[in-house]
Amino acid sequence: MNYIDEFRDIKKVKYFAERIKEVNPDKNINLMEVCGGHTITILKYGIQELLPGNINLISGPGCPVCVTAVDFIDMAIELSHRRDVIVATFGDLIRVPGTNSSLELERAKGANIKICYSPAEALKYATKNPEKEVVFLGIGFETTAPSVAVTILNAYSNKVRNFSVLSSHKVMPPAMKFLLDSGEVNIDGFICPGHVSAITGPRIYEFIAKDYGVPCVVSGFEPMDLIETIYMLVLQIREGRAKVENQYKRTVRREGNSKAQEVMSEVFEPVSVRWRGIAEIPESGLKIRKKYSDFDAVEKFDLKFKRGMENPSCICGEILKGVKTPLECRLFKKVCSPENPVGACMVSSEGACAIYYKYGAR
Amino acid sequence: MKGKITRADGAGGLKSHKLINDLFRKYFSNRYLDRLDDSALIGNIDGRLVFTTDSHVVKPIFFPGGDIGKLAVTGTINDLCVMGAKPLFLSCGFILEEGLDLDILEEVVRSISREAEKNGVKIATGDTKVVGSGEADKLYINTSGIGIIYDGWDPDVNRIEPGDQILISGPVGDHEASILVSREEFEISAEIKSDCDSIKPIIEELYKNSIDIKFMRDPTRGGLATLLNEVVLNKEYGIKIYEEKVPIRDEVRGLCEPLGFDPLYMACEGRVVIFVSKKDAHKTLQVLRDSDSTSQPAIIGEVTDSNCGMVIMKTIVGTERILDMMSGVMLPRIC
Repeated sequence: MNYIDEFRDIKKVKYFAERIKEVNPDKNINLMEVCGGHTITILKYGIQELLPGNINLISGPGCPVCVTAVDFIDMAIELSHRRDVIVATFGDLIRVPGTNSSLELERAKGANIKICYSPAEALKYATKNPEKEVVFLGIGFETTAPSVAVTILNAYSNKVRNFSVLSSHKVMPPAMKFLLDSGEVNIDGFICPGHVSAITGPRIYEFIAKDYGVPCVVSGFEPMDLIETIYMLVLQIREGRAKVENQYKRTVRREGNSKAQEVMSEVFEPVSVRWRGIAEIPESGLKIRKKYSDFDAVEKFDLKFKRGMENPSCICGEILKGVKTPLECRLFKKVCSPENPVGACMVSSEGACAIYYKYGAR
Repeated sequence: MKGKITRADGAGGLKSHKLINDLFRKYFSNRYLDRLDDSALIGNIDGRLVFTTDSHVVKPIFFPGGDIGKLAVTGTINDLCVMGAKPLFLSCGFILEEGLDLDILEEVVRSISREAEKNGVKIATGDTKVVGSGEADKLYINTSGIGIIYDGWDPDVNRIEPGDQILISGPVGDHEASILVSREEFEISAEIKSDCDSIKPIIEELYKNSIDIKFMRDPTRGGLATLLNEVVLNKEYGIKIYEEKVPIRDEVRGLCEPLGFDPLYMACEGRVVIFVSKKDAHKTLQVLRDSDSTSQPAIIGEVTDSNCGMVIMKTIVGTERILDMMSGVMLPRIC
C-alpha cells in the first residue's frame, strides 16, 4: 500500500540500522522523542532493539492527555455537575484522574458528560440542544488547536450562544526549552513531532539548534521514518552539527500550514499554563482572545482554578520530563494499569506508561 | 409497515398480539414458533447439544455489509459453528425503544428471517419488550441458539499443542472499521464493508474434507489479538504470529493508520481462527480458499513451546514484541 508499505520496508530499515552503526560516535547519546505517536512506533516495532547500546531513546512530554493538569480535570468535573451544562470531551480525557475523581466516575454517577470525536461535533450537539450549555474540553497541541479555533469562529459567525470551550491547549517549543533549561535530563537530539510540525513548519525548533546546540529532526511515524530520523540525528552529533532537518517532507512543508496558523492566532493568545507533573511553563498555553470571550468557559462561568492534588506515588511528571521510564515506577503494572490508571500517562493511548504496558516492554 | 412502536406494543394486549401476528409470524413462521406457546416444543434431538446466547447493541443498526438483524443471527450461528456444531434453532428477544419506526423494525426482522433461512435454522421462540423513549437506543436483540456437534468432530482448546499451526479465514478488522466509517461523528468516506456473515458454509466444507480441527474461535470483540491471548492464558505453551502474514485490507489499514487504531484488536463478524496440526495446515488452507474464492485465508503463526502464556508477534521490521490483550476501549488518537 502506497504511503504505508514503503515506510515499513524491512530492507530500508536494515539499511539505516547499518548506517547508524557506521556513524555511531563512541559516547552515550540520548535522543528524546517528543511525541507520543513516536513512542508508539518505537515500542510497537522494537526500534530500540535495532540500535547500538549507546543510543538511548527517551519519551518526552508529547501526549496531550498526559500533560493536562489535575486542576483542569477538577474544573471539568465541577462544570459537569451544573444542571444546565453538558461537558463534551475527547474520550481519552474522561479516565484521567482528578484530585478525587475522574469524569468517567462522575458520568457513571449521572454527570452530564458526552464523548465526542471533534470540536465540530460538540458544536453540532450544542445547536441541537439549545436549552443546554455545551462546554468542550479543549486539549491538545498545535495539531488540535486549529480545529478548535475554526469551531469557535463558526460559533461566533453563526451566533451560537450555548457553546464554549474550556481551553487547556498547549504549544510544544516552550516545553522543549523548559526541559533543556531544567538540566534534569541530558538531551543530545530531539525527534520532533511530525503532526505539530505539519501545522507550524520546522522553524519553531530553530532556537533549540542555535541557542542550545541540540540537533532537531522532524520525523514521520512509520518505522522507516524513525530509523532514518535517528540516523540523521546521530550523523549530526557525529559531525558536531546542530541543525533543524526535516525527514517528514511528504507531509511537513517549510512554511507549515499557514491557514491553520492564521486561525490559531486569530482565536488564541499565548499564556502561562501548568503541565501536569512538570511545572507552569511561560507562554506554553493558548488562551481564547478577548474578542471571542463569549466562547471562553472560564470567562462565561467566571471560573477560578484551584490547585489540584496528584497522587504522590505517581511519577508521571518524571516520566514526562524524560528523567525516568515507566519501568522505574513502582506502581507500573502492579497498582497502575490501563484498567485502573493512577496517573495520566497510563490513560491515553499516547501516554508512555500505556504504550510500555500495551507493547509489553520488559 | 407504517407507524411507530408504542408502550402498548409491549404490554401483552391486543397491540402486542397484532405486532406478533403481523410482523414476527409473518417473517419467522415455522411449526415450532406458530404454536405460540410459552416455550418452543422441540422434541428429541440426537447428538451432542451446544447452547449459546448473545446480545446485540450495535450502533448504527444499519451499516455497510449488514445490520443488527443479520449480526444477531450470524453471530449466534458462528458461536455454535466454532464449537464444531450444526446450528438448528434460535430464539429471538427484542428490546424496542418507544417511538421506533415500524418500517425500520420490519427491515431488521426481514433480515433476520433471510439469514435464518439461508443457514437452515428455525426461529423457535421469541419475546418483545418496549422501553420508554431515551431508555434504549432504537432496538436491541438477544439471540440464543442450539446446535449439535458434527459426528466425530472434537474441537477443544485442550487439544492444542506446540507445533500446531494457526489459520484465519480472511482479513481482520473489516466489521469494526465499517462501523467506524458509518458513524457520523467521524465523517470519513471510505468504502469498507463489514465481514458480517455466517461461517457455516466454511465449517461444513472443513467437516466434509475431514479436517481434524483442534480448536476454532471467531475473533469478535477484542479482535484477533485478544482471542489469541485468551487461548494461551495460563497455558504451558505460547503463540508466535507473523505480522506480515495477517491479512488486512488496504482500506482498513488506510483508515486505522491516521486514527491510531490497530486492526489486530478490531472485531470481525465473519471470520474464524483455526488451530490444526502442522500436517493438516496446508490442506486446511486449500479448503478455506476453495470454499470462498474472494476471501484471503492465511496461515498466520504457530503454537510454540517457548514464551508460555504469551503471544509474541514478529513485526514486519524483523523485531519481536508481545501482543497483549486489549485493555479498555479503543479510542482515536487526539494528536
